Amino acid sequence: MSVEFLYPEFEVIRNSDRCIACRVCERQCANEVHSFDPARGIMKSDESKCVNCQRCVSLCPTRALKIVKTDCTLRENCNWQNDTIREVYKQSNSGGVLLSSMGNPKPMPVYWDKMLINASQVTNPPIDPLREPMETKVFLGKKPGKIEKDKDGNIINNMPPQIELTMPVMFSAMSYGSISYNAHASLARAAEELGIIYNTGEGGLHEDFYKFGKNTIVQVASGRFGVHEDYLNAGAAIEIKMGQGAKPGIGGHLPGEKIVGDISRTRMIPEGSDAISPAPHHDIYSIEDLRQLVYSLKEATEYKKPVIVKVAAVHNIAAIASGIARSGADIIAIDGFRGGTGAAPTHIRDNVGIPIELALAAVDSRLRDEGIRNNVSLIAGGSVRSASDVVKAIALGADACYIATAALLALGCHLCRTCQSGRCNWGIATQKPELVKRLNPDIGSQRLVNLMNAWRHEIKEIMGGMGINSIEALKGNRLMLRGIGLNSKELEILGISHAGE
Amino acid sequence: MIIDTGGMEYREINSALRAASDEIKLTGCLGQRFIAAGVSGKTIEIEGIPGNALGAYLNGAKITVNGNAQDAVGDTMNSGEIVIRGDVGDAVGYAMRGGKIIIKGNAGYRAGIHMKAYKEKMPVMVIGGAAGSFLGEYQAGGLIVVLGLETEGKRIVGNFPCTGMHGGKMFIRGSCEDIVFPAGVTVTQAGHEDIEEINPYILEYCELFGYNTDEVLSGDYTLITPDTKNPYKQMYVAN
Repeated sequence: MSVEFLYPEFEVIRNSDRCIACRVCERQCANEVHSFDPARGIMKSDESKCVNCQRCVSLCPTRALKIVKTDCTLRENCNWQNDTIREVYKQSNSGGVLLSSMGNPKPMPVYWDKMLINASQVTNPPIDPLREPMETKVFLGKKPGKIEKDKDGNIINNMPPQIELTMPVMFSAMSYGSISYNAHASLARAAEELGIIYNTGEGGLHEDFYKFGKNTIVQVASGRFGVHEDYLNAGAAIEIKMGQGAKPGIGGHLPGEKIVGDISRTRMIPEGSDAISPAPHHDIYSIEDLRQLVYSLKEATEYKKPVIVKVAAVHNIAAIASGIARSGADIIAIDGFRGGTGAAPTHIRDNVGIPIELALAAVDSRLRDEGIRNNVSLIAGGSVRSASDVVKAIALGADACYIATAALLALGCHLCRTCQSGRCNWGIATQKPELVKRLNPDIGSQRLVNLMNAWRHEIKEIMGGMGINSIEALKGNRLMLRGIGLNSKELEILGISHAGE
Repeated sequence: MIIDTGGMEYREINSALRAASDEIKLTGCLGQRFIAAGVSGKTIEIEGIPGNALGAYLNGAKITVNGNAQDAVGDTMNSGEIVIRGDVGDAVGYAMRGGKIIIKGNAGYRAGIHMKAYKEKMPVMVIGGAAGSFLGEYQAGGLIVVLGLETEGKRIVGNFPCTGMHGGKMFIRGSCEDIVFPAGVTVTQAGHEDIEEINPYILEYCELFGYNTDEVLSGDYTLITPDTKNPYKQMYVAN
């Protein structure tokens, strides 16, 4: 075998007693792993193409298939682990930058799992959400510092524009192009039914989805794809994307092969041309420049839309957020380093940025210390996986959370982490019509609605257990959290006590 | 209709602009930002110096400035026309996706970054004088023309033009021997057919600012085009 050969990562185990050679697996696999051997009347596999997306496993009518991690590995070595060695081989073969998809899979600390939530016992009663009202509604936006009255003593409405959400969760930015039309349709429809919001990402807004405007955040990123006056006015808010948790400090490149048909028209670039989002906005080199973009957007939309500034969680995030809070932005979205992506250089994804839990706590504390917390709302994203993660984020100081990977899982994503290939067998991260149609927006949106309704119930249950009956009363309530197995510095940054204290 | 902008904040100016008739003259302009952001269907003449982000997201209006303008003129402009009878600051026409910007004099750094185009939407920028460094970075579409008039022997384009260019065309008057272009673009002498393409814009420029068309069109023009529309294709390996 040649020096370029890499033993396949996965093996296809086909139970010949069960396989009826119906060829469903062959039709379902866009990676062309399965094929039929007419001479022998059996199915064959080329496991070198397998990405372990589980599509064939899920659709095999006789449950004849399973995909397993190969046990043909190199000699064990704690320093030079298999993945590391394979990366060196891949780069030696190609000379390329390693490109990965979805969030950081490395065993990094997940602080959500090291925080425990309080509950009421004896001294104050828990609340049963089934018999008592619980408020999960939140409003995102700048809150006025004081009540103003006119000369007759009537209150002047000085409330800046707000986003209203029925629960403190939104679908995070995923562009049309990185995900499919049917994935966007599912998100938009679910957001409308739930009374929450989805986010266009930086690829513009398909004309069919303008009708979901009040449940849409339109994004303006450095490539300014699909940005024009109607687009800016279409949504409930405008988000300036400065960075993304999975790839802080770098831009994005949607390869020309995905710039086809409607994507090309929505982005306003020719078919087949790479869609390049430069690392910086070349008109923003300072907080003052950011302020200029914020206010140019406000002027163009007559101050009717809150402006969100989304940044990746990086080392100086508290100071950066302080600057953003003074730039005129209404909302800051912070994306932690475990957040997902359609494609990012592996070593940037896995090594750049900081966890959302620490970033969120640091930002909330800093803005409070400076007396400007009410200038902005805070959205936390970057691997919020469950209702309990949402509750912990709110208690650390978030006004709402962004979720994306969890939403994709609801749509059928099996986290095979090969979005960049454009051959998503679940019809999500692909533009191939025959794959896109596998995702039915009727079913997809219903599954998203189910997931969010389930989380809403859980959020109410957890809050009720603490004797808290509204998100507002939980927000920044760090006394409701205790750390487990954290050192004193981590506890200090999170602003919480250790369990038992 | 004439609006005296002396002492007015930008928010007041834009409110007045939106409420005004279709033909408007703004006088006494002194650095107010965001003038005519997102405006469509009006003709606006400006006396004085408008501030940053003049005509951002412009959506079909026509703006003439009888003097200089500052940074970020026509940022993410969608359609319409901006005529500057003087010089402009940095980042003019950033991410412009349609319409025309015609500048009599010089442009600062980062002009025409990430201009794009789609079918009939083809943004055009004509810079009559010199352009600063980083001209047309990431250009993805559209047309940038630099004439270098009245630059008195000064280099007419600064450093690092066309970096990351992957669409559109750039024309620079002259042979450009003193300009260093990056790898990934092709630099040739514009032929007769190429000049035909920019002819209407040169005519418009000369008519607006009183130049002799034959003189401006005489001599060599350099044409810069990208080698590929997929500059990042070979850079990655799936992991």
